[in-house]
Amino acid sequence: MILLVTGTQEPFDRLVSAVDEWAATTHDADIFGQIANASYIPKNFNYSRFIEPGEFNEKFKAASLIIAHAGMGTILQALQFSKPIIVFPRLFKFHETRNDHQVATARSLGKLGYVRDVYNETELFEVLNNRSSVHPAPPIGPAASETLIQFIRDFLASCEKQT
Amino acid sequence: MSNLKILAIASSGGHWIQLMRLMPAFTNQQLIFVTTNKGYRQQVEGNEFYSVSDATRWQKLKLIKMGFEVGKIMFMKNPDVIISTGAAPGLMAIIWAWILRKKSIWVDSIANVDRVSMSGRIAKKFCTLHLTQWEHLADNKITFFKGTVIK
Repeated sequence: MILLVTGTQEPFDRLVSAVDEWAATTHDADIFGQIANASYIPKNFNYSRFIEPGEFNEKFKAASLIIAHAGMGTILQALQFSKPIIVFPRLFKFHETRNDHQVATARSLGKLGYVRDVYNETELFEVLNNRSSVHPAPPIGPAASETLIQFIRDFLASCEKQT
Repeated sequence: MSNLKILAIASSGGHWIQLMRLMPAFTNQQLIFVTTNKGYRQQVEGNEFYSVSDATRWQKLKLIKMGFEVGKIMFMKNPDVIISTGAAPGLMAIIWAWILRKKSIWVDSIANVDRVSMSGRIAKKFCTLHLTQWEHLADNKITFFKGTVIK
Protein backbone atom coordinates (compact mmCIF):
# COMPACT_ATOMS: atom_id res chain seq x y z
CA MET A 1 0.00 0.00 0.00
CA ILE A 2 1.16 3.53 -0.84
CA LEU A 3 0.29 5.98 1.92
CA LEU A 4 -0.28 9.64 1.12
CA VAL A 5 0.19 11.97 4.11
CA THR A 6 -0.57 15.70 4.03
CA GLY A 7 -0.38 16.43 7.75
CA THR A 8 -3.19 18.01 9.72
CA GLN A 9 -2.50 21.74 9.74
CA GLU A 10 -3.47 22.97 6.28
CA PRO A 11 -5.03 21.49 3.13
CA PHE A 12 -2.64 20.42 0.38
CA ASP A 13 -4.85 20.07 -2.71
CA ARG A 14 -1.96 20.24 -5.17
CA LEU A 15 -0.45 17.02 -3.80
CA VAL A 16 -3.78 15.21 -3.34
CA SER A 17 -4.86 15.97 -6.92
CA ALA A 18 -1.43 15.04 -8.33
CA VAL A 19 -1.55 11.65 -6.62
CA ASP A 20 -5.14 11.20 -7.81
CA GLU A 21 -4.11 12.01 -11.37
CA TRP A 22 -1.29 9.46 -11.16
CA ALA A 23 -3.61 6.88 -9.56
CA ALA A 24 -5.96 7.20 -12.57
CA THR A 25 -3.17 6.06 -14.88
CA THR A 26 -1.98 3.22 -12.65
CA HIS A 27 -3.76 -0.02 -11.99
CA ASP A 28 -1.27 -1.93 -9.89
CA ALA A 29 -0.99 0.53 -7.00
CA ASP A 30 -3.09 0.38 -3.85
CA ILE A 31 -3.20 3.91 -2.39
CA PHE A 32 -4.63 5.30 0.83
CA GLY A 33 -4.66 9.02 1.56
CA GLN A 34 -4.73 11.11 4.71
CA ILE A 35 -5.93 14.38 3.19
CA ALA A 36 -6.97 16.59 6.18
CA ASN A 37 -9.31 19.39 5.11
CA ALA A 38 -8.47 19.22 1.39
CA SER A 39 -11.20 20.59 -0.86
CA TYR A 40 -10.08 18.32 -3.70
CA ILE A 41 -11.76 14.93 -3.30
CA PRO A 42 -9.78 11.96 -4.65
CA LYS A 43 -11.68 9.81 -7.16
CA ASN A 44 -9.14 7.06 -7.59
CA PHE A 45 -8.16 6.05 -4.06
CA ASN A 46 -9.62 5.68 -0.58
CA TYR A 47 -8.94 8.35 1.96
CA SER A 48 -9.58 9.61 5.44
CA ARG A 49 -9.31 13.24 6.50
CA PHE A 50 -7.79 12.67 9.92
CA ILE A 51 -6.53 9.42 11.43
CA GLU A 52 -6.08 8.75 15.16
CA PRO A 53 -2.41 8.33 16.18
CA GLY A 54 -2.75 4.59 16.88
CA GLU A 55 -4.43 3.76 13.58
CA PHE A 56 -2.05 6.09 11.76
CA ASN A 57 0.91 4.06 13.09
CA GLU A 58 -0.72 0.85 11.81
CA LYS A 59 -1.22 2.35 8.35
CA PHE A 60 2.33 3.62 8.38
CA LYS A 61 3.74 0.19 9.26
CA ALA A 62 1.68 -1.47 6.53
CA ALA A 63 2.79 0.98 3.82
CA SER A 64 5.47 0.10 1.28
CA LEU A 65 5.96 3.72 0.22
CA ILE A 66 5.07 7.10 1.74
CA ILE A 67 4.21 10.18 -0.34
CA ALA A 68 4.07 13.26 1.87
CA HIS A 69 4.40 16.97 2.38
CA ALA A 70 7.83 17.86 3.80
CA GLY A 71 6.54 17.85 7.38
CA MET A 72 9.09 16.76 9.96
CA GLY A 73 6.64 14.50 11.83
CA THR A 74 5.98 12.38 8.77
CA ILE A 75 9.64 12.35 7.75
CA LEU A 76 10.80 11.28 11.22
CA GLN A 77 8.17 8.55 11.31
CA ALA A 78 9.30 7.26 7.90
CA LEU A 79 12.89 7.17 9.14
CA GLN A 80 11.89 5.43 12.36
CA PHE A 81 9.98 2.71 10.49
CA SER A 82 12.57 2.66 7.69
CA LYS A 83 9.99 3.41 4.97
CA PRO A 84 10.91 4.86 1.61
CA ILE A 85 9.49 8.38 1.45
CA ILE A 86 8.91 10.85 -1.37
CA VAL A 87 8.50 14.41 -0.12
CA PHE A 88 6.72 17.16 -2.05
CA PRO A 89 7.17 20.45 -0.18
CA ARG A 90 4.34 22.90 0.35
CA LEU A 91 4.90 26.28 -1.29
CA PHE A 92 4.18 29.72 0.07
CA LYS A 93 3.21 31.08 -3.36
CA PHE A 94 0.17 28.74 -3.41
CA HIS A 95 -0.64 29.58 0.24
CA GLU A 96 0.01 25.97 1.24
CA THR A 97 2.08 27.19 4.17
CA ARG A 98 3.27 30.52 5.59
CA ASN A 99 6.82 30.35 4.29
CA ASP A 100 9.03 28.12 2.17
CA HIS A 101 10.74 26.24 5.03
CA GLN A 102 9.46 22.91 3.63
CA VAL A 103 11.53 23.46 0.48
CA ALA A 104 14.68 23.92 2.58
CA THR A 105 13.81 20.85 4.69
CA ALA A 106 13.22 18.71 1.59
CA ARG A 107 16.45 19.85 -0.10
CA SER A 108 18.65 19.35 2.96
CA LEU A 109 17.23 15.97 3.95
CA GLY A 110 17.21 14.93 0.27
CA LYS A 111 20.92 15.73 0.04
CA LEU A 112 21.61 13.69 3.15
CA GLY A 113 19.75 10.74 1.59
CA TYR A 114 16.94 10.62 4.16
CA VAL A 115 14.16 11.36 1.65
CA ARG A 116 13.54 11.50 -2.11
CA ASP A 117 12.67 15.13 -2.77
CA VAL A 118 10.47 16.26 -5.67
CA TYR A 119 9.24 19.78 -6.34
CA ASN A 120 6.48 19.52 -8.93
CA GLU A 121 3.94 17.12 -10.42
CA THR A 122 6.20 16.06 -13.29
CA GLU A 123 9.02 15.06 -10.93
CA LEU A 124 6.53 13.26 -8.69
CA PHE A 125 5.09 11.21 -11.58
CA GLU A 126 8.59 10.31 -12.75
CA VAL A 127 9.61 9.01 -9.34
CA LEU A 128 6.27 7.21 -8.83
CA ASN A 129 6.64 5.44 -12.16
CA ASN A 130 10.05 4.21 -10.99
CA ARG A 131 9.04 3.75 -7.39
CA SER A 132 11.13 0.61 -6.93
CA SER A 133 14.14 2.98 -7.13
CA VAL A 134 13.06 4.80 -3.96
CA HIS A 135 14.88 3.09 -1.13
CA PRO A 136 14.42 3.65 2.59
CA ALA A 137 17.23 5.40 4.46
CA PRO A 138 18.95 3.22 7.08
CA PRO A 139 16.63 3.17 10.10
CA ILE A 140 17.27 5.74 12.80
CA GLY A 141 17.33 4.85 16.49
CA PRO A 142 14.47 5.62 18.88
CA ALA A 143 16.15 8.71 20.35
CA ALA A 144 18.18 11.81 19.56
CA SER A 145 21.97 11.79 19.17
CA GLU A 146 23.98 10.93 22.30
CA THR A 147 25.73 14.30 22.26
CA LEU A 148 22.42 16.20 22.35
CA ILE A 149 20.96 13.94 25.06
CA GLN A 150 24.10 14.27 27.18
CA PHE A 151 24.25 18.04 26.77
CA ILE A 152 20.65 18.41 27.96
CA ARG A 153 21.34 16.00 30.85
CA ASP A 154 24.34 18.07 31.92
CA PHE A 155 22.31 21.25 31.72
CA LEU A 156 19.58 19.68 33.89
CA ALA A 157 22.22 18.50 36.37
CA SER A 158 23.45 22.10 36.67
CA CYS A 159 19.85 23.16 37.40
CA GLU A 160 19.60 20.53 40.15
CA LYS A 161 22.59 21.95 42.02
CA GLN A 162 20.99 25.36 42.17
CA THR A 163 17.58 24.22 43.36
CA MET B 1 20.13 14.37 44.28
CA SER B 2 16.74 16.00 44.11
CA ASN B 3 14.54 15.35 41.11
CA LEU B 4 13.57 18.22 38.88
CA LYS B 5 10.04 18.95 37.85
CA ILE B 6 10.31 19.39 34.08
CA LEU B 7 7.56 20.76 31.90
CA ALA B 8 8.04 19.38 28.37
CA ILE B 9 5.90 21.14 25.80
CA ALA B 10 5.43 20.88 22.03
CA SER B 11 2.66 21.29 19.50
CA SER B 12 1.40 18.19 17.70
CA GLY B 13 3.12 16.52 14.75
CA GLY B 14 6.83 16.96 14.11
CA HIS B 15 7.47 19.10 17.18
CA TRP B 16 5.99 16.45 19.48
CA ILE B 17 7.88 13.59 17.81
CA GLN B 18 11.13 15.52 18.27
CA LEU B 19 10.31 16.09 21.95
CA MET B 20 9.69 12.34 22.38
CA ARG B 21 13.14 11.65 20.93
CA LEU B 22 14.72 13.68 23.76
CA MET B 23 13.14 11.45 26.43
CA PRO B 24 16.38 9.69 27.52
CA ALA B 25 17.67 13.09 28.67
CA PHE B 26 14.97 13.19 31.37
CA THR B 27 15.59 9.88 33.16
CA ASN B 28 14.71 10.05 36.86
CA GLN B 29 13.05 13.44 36.57
CA GLN B 30 9.40 14.27 37.17
CA LEU B 31 7.77 15.10 33.83
CA ILE B 32 4.72 17.12 32.91
CA PHE B 33 3.77 16.95 29.24
CA VAL B 34 1.82 19.64 27.44
CA THR B 35 0.72 19.45 23.80
CA THR B 36 -2.15 20.37 21.49
CA ASN B 37 -3.40 16.84 20.71
CA LYS B 38 -5.28 14.90 23.43
CA GLY B 39 -4.54 11.69 21.51
CA TYR B 40 -0.89 11.74 22.62
CA ARG B 41 -1.76 11.00 26.24
CA GLN B 42 -1.14 7.25 25.95
CA GLN B 43 2.33 7.83 24.47
CA VAL B 44 3.49 9.27 27.79
CA GLU B 45 1.49 7.08 30.15
CA GLY B 46 2.58 7.32 33.76
CA ASN B 47 3.39 11.01 33.42
CA GLU B 48 1.21 14.03 33.96
CA PHE B 49 -0.36 15.19 30.69
CA TYR B 50 -2.22 18.33 29.68
CA SER B 51 -3.55 19.51 26.34
CA VAL B 52 -3.99 23.14 25.34
CA SER B 53 -5.71 24.85 22.38
CA ASP B 54 -3.90 24.80 19.09
CA ALA B 55 -2.90 28.15 17.64
CA THR B 56 -0.30 29.44 15.25
CA ARG B 57 1.45 32.79 15.40
CA TRP B 58 -1.09 34.10 12.89
CA GLN B 59 -4.22 33.49 14.97
CA LYS B 60 -3.96 36.30 17.52
CA LEU B 61 -7.02 35.55 19.67
CA LYS B 62 -6.49 31.81 19.79
CA LEU B 63 -2.85 32.50 20.58
CA ILE B 64 -3.76 34.63 23.59
CA LYS B 65 -6.20 31.96 24.83
CA MET B 66 -3.52 29.29 24.47
CA GLY B 67 -0.99 31.54 26.20
CA PHE B 68 -3.26 31.75 29.24
CA GLU B 69 -3.89 27.99 29.22
CA VAL B 70 -0.13 27.40 29.25
CA GLY B 71 0.28 30.04 31.96
CA LYS B 72 -2.35 28.35 34.13
CA ILE B 73 -0.45 25.05 33.97
CA MET B 74 2.81 26.86 34.75
CA PHE B 75 1.32 28.47 37.88
CA MET B 76 -0.46 25.29 38.96
CA LYS B 77 2.53 22.98 38.50
CA ASN B 78 5.40 25.34 39.22
CA PRO B 79 8.02 23.37 37.22
CA ASP B 80 11.77 23.89 37.76
CA VAL B 81 12.71 23.70 34.08
CA ILE B 82 10.81 24.10 30.80
CA ILE B 83 11.89 22.37 27.61
CA SER B 84 10.30 22.85 24.20
CA THR B 85 10.86 21.74 20.62
CA GLY B 86 8.35 24.38 19.40
CA ALA B 87 6.27 25.89 18.20
CA ALA B 88 3.81 28.54 19.51
CA PRO B 89 2.80 26.73 22.76
CA GLY B 90 6.48 26.16 23.55
CA LEU B 91 7.26 29.82 22.97
CA MET B 92 4.47 30.75 25.39
CA ALA B 93 5.92 28.46 28.06
CA ILE B 94 9.41 29.92 27.51
CA ILE B 95 8.04 33.44 28.03
CA TRP B 96 6.18 32.34 31.17
CA ALA B 97 9.40 30.72 32.38
CA TRP B 98 11.19 34.05 31.90
CA ILE B 99 8.49 35.91 33.81
CA LEU B 100 8.57 33.33 36.62
CA ARG B 101 12.41 33.18 36.60
CA LYS B 102 12.59 29.52 35.68
CA LYS B 103 15.27 27.82 33.59
CA SER B 104 14.25 26.95 30.05
CA ILE B 105 15.56 25.11 27.00
CA TRP B 106 14.52 25.75 23.40
CA VAL B 107 15.44 23.09 20.83
CA ASP B 108 14.63 24.49 17.40
CA SER B 109 13.01 22.00 15.00
CA ILE B 110 15.27 20.15 12.57
CA ALA B 111 12.87 21.41 9.88
CA ASN B 112 14.42 24.86 10.14
CA VAL B 113 17.45 24.61 7.90
CA ASP B 114 17.84 28.09 6.40
CA ARG B 115 17.29 30.01 9.61
CA VAL B 116 16.01 29.45 13.12
CA SER B 117 12.18 29.51 13.20
CA MET B 118 10.33 32.73 14.02
CA SER B 119 9.24 31.25 17.38
CA GLY B 120 12.84 30.19 17.98
CA ARG B 121 14.14 33.68 17.26
CA ILE B 122 11.72 35.13 19.82
CA ALA B 123 12.46 32.35 22.32
CA LYS B 124 16.16 33.19 22.04
CA LYS B 125 15.55 36.39 24.03
CA PHE B 126 13.83 34.56 26.89
CA CYS B 127 15.30 31.06 27.24
CA THR B 128 18.32 29.91 29.26
CA LEU B 129 19.61 27.48 26.65
CA HIS B 130 19.02 27.89 22.90
CA LEU B 131 19.81 24.98 20.57
CA THR B 132 19.60 24.53 16.80
CA GLN B 133 19.88 21.19 14.98
CA TRP B 134 21.96 22.60 12.13
CA GLU B 135 25.60 23.42 12.77
CA HIS B 136 25.62 26.33 10.32
CA LEU B 137 22.87 28.10 12.30
CA ALA B 138 24.82 28.11 15.58
CA ASP B 139 26.58 31.36 16.53
CA ASN B 140 28.17 29.62 19.55
CA LYS B 141 27.36 32.63 21.70
CA ILE B 142 23.63 32.31 22.28
CA THR B 143 22.62 29.57 19.85
CA PHE B 144 24.47 26.26 20.02
CA PHE B 145 24.58 23.07 17.99
CA LYS B 146 25.01 19.94 20.11
CA GLY B 147 23.49 17.26 17.91
CA THR B 148 20.14 16.41 16.33
CA VAL B 149 17.06 14.34 17.10
CA ILE B 150 18.10 11.93 14.34
CA LYS B 151 20.64 9.25 15.16
